[in-house]
Amino acid sequence: MGVKFGPVLYIVPGDICSSTCFLTFPGFLCPSISCVSVTVTMAEEVVLLDFWPSMFGMRARLALAEKGIQYEYKEEDLVGGKSQLLLKMNPVQKKIPVLIHNGIPVSESLIVVQYIDEAWSERYQLLPSDPYQRARARFWADFIDKKVWTSGHQVRSSKGAEQEAAKVEFMDSLKLLEGELGDKPYFGGQNFGFLDIAFIPFYGWFHTYETFGNFSIEASCPKLIAWAKRCMERESVLKTLPQQHKIYDFVLHVNKMFGLH
Amino acid sequence: MASQEVKLIGFWVSPFVHRVEWALKLKGVEYEYIEDDIYNKSPLLLELNPVHKKVPVMVHGGKVIVESFVILEYIEETWKEGPLLPQDPYERAMARFWAKFAEEELLENAGIALCSHGSQKEKAVKSTIDALEKIEGELKGKSFFGGEAIGYLDVALGWISYWLPVWDEMSSMQLLDPMKFPSITTWKNNFLENPVIKENLPPKEKMVVYFQKRSKELAPAMASRRHA
Repeated sequence: MGVKFGPVLYIVPGDICSSTCFLTFPGFLCPSISCVSVTVTMAEEVVLLDFWPSMFGMRARLALAEKGIQYEYKEEDLVGGKSQLLLKMNPVQKKIPVLIHNGIPVSESLIVVQYIDEAWSERYQLLPSDPYQRARARFWADFIDKKVWTSGHQVRSSKGAEQEAAKVEFMDSLKLLEGELGDKPYFGGQNFGFLDIAFIPFYGWFHTYETFGNFSIEASCPKLIAWAKRCMERESVLKTLPQQHKIYDFVLHVNKMFGLH
Repeated sequence: MASQEVKLIGFWVSPFVHRVEWALKLKGVEYEYIEDDIYNKSPLLLELNPVHKKVPVMVHGGKVIVESFVILEYIEETWKEGPLLPQDPYERAMARFWAKFAEEELLENAGIALCSHGSQKEKAVKSTIDALEKIEGELKGKSFFGGEAIGYLDVALGWISYWLPVWDEMSSMQLLDPMKFPSITTWKNNFLENPVIKENLPPKEKMVVYFQKRSKELAPAMASRRHA
């Protein structure tokens, strides 16, 4: 029978009851005609340990939203101190996001997104079907982590010649991504997908990078901004991405707290 | 599509290239190997991988795939016989997680330890041992990371069985202590005994000469490198 039905227990007349109750034993026909039953299994439990401004956390949120998966969001205050739950669920890296699916943790944002795609494979597909297109999506997602994140971080946390070098690398990286987008509506082609999910969270941080670095991303990469605005029309993105000024205010707040800049 | 021509551009001593070769050979995929001198990169390499300019580069029926982990997943999805990744989504996520962890924490720090001196070397050695301890924990009781047979994670971490002992010996770091890491030691022997792996390793003496030269060349850059 295997119907998922929360914590409630019913017994069906004539059916084999696989749960214990005071009337019968598992595997026996229920003698009572007044009871109604289904096999009791645990409802799917999905919890996400996250931190609201994290672009990596946003990737997990977007994947869950696109798949229509209900989950419990648990905010980690990474500035104040990591919770016992986070340290237990990700003892190796101690980082968010951590997706906890029926008690089992998965971490590393791109690995979490792929896991979500595979564990709920019957729903909206995030990665393309073709192996070569999948390879392209994975390659550029990896590029974003290696080049865009690193140089973006340098842009907002360094000064002088170091910052200038970081700005060049950041814009060069964005231009390469704009080239990969081409004339497609999304990186995934006609469909918003894995690479869109990997990159759109950075849009939330563009205002921060531009303000700290004193430059305009739209001036050099107008197609990327057009793509970002197209993504913002999707409900999942609109609900997930924090407003750009909130991220900027958060960075200012953290810098002030730690006496930076 | 799977029957189209496969070419692999590589460099003889690269552990990243070898993991791709192992995957292709374990799956029985025929390919043409093209050696590229990474200190004098060919126009072909620069044309095929303009973003990173690195090996390995795989060309399959005209399609170019780069970055060794991306190539491994492509190989897995294109040639479905003899799967290297587990079927279960959670097990797959774990294999990918440990591959990434080993790349970022173990390989990176072992490389720094090899090429640096003094307190920087000490710090890198400690980080390498910390990472090895976590991998030892992940391996405990299993013949291979994949269970009873070689899988994706064995291929991804295969360099630990052959490159790491060479670096260890060269630099007297005492990283792979069999008393401290009995599971990794057993795994190392299991892995190297596999006929596909055994026949696809760079010659050890040549490796030692190469890394001795290379570590000396990299030492000044390591010394001026900022601590993370």
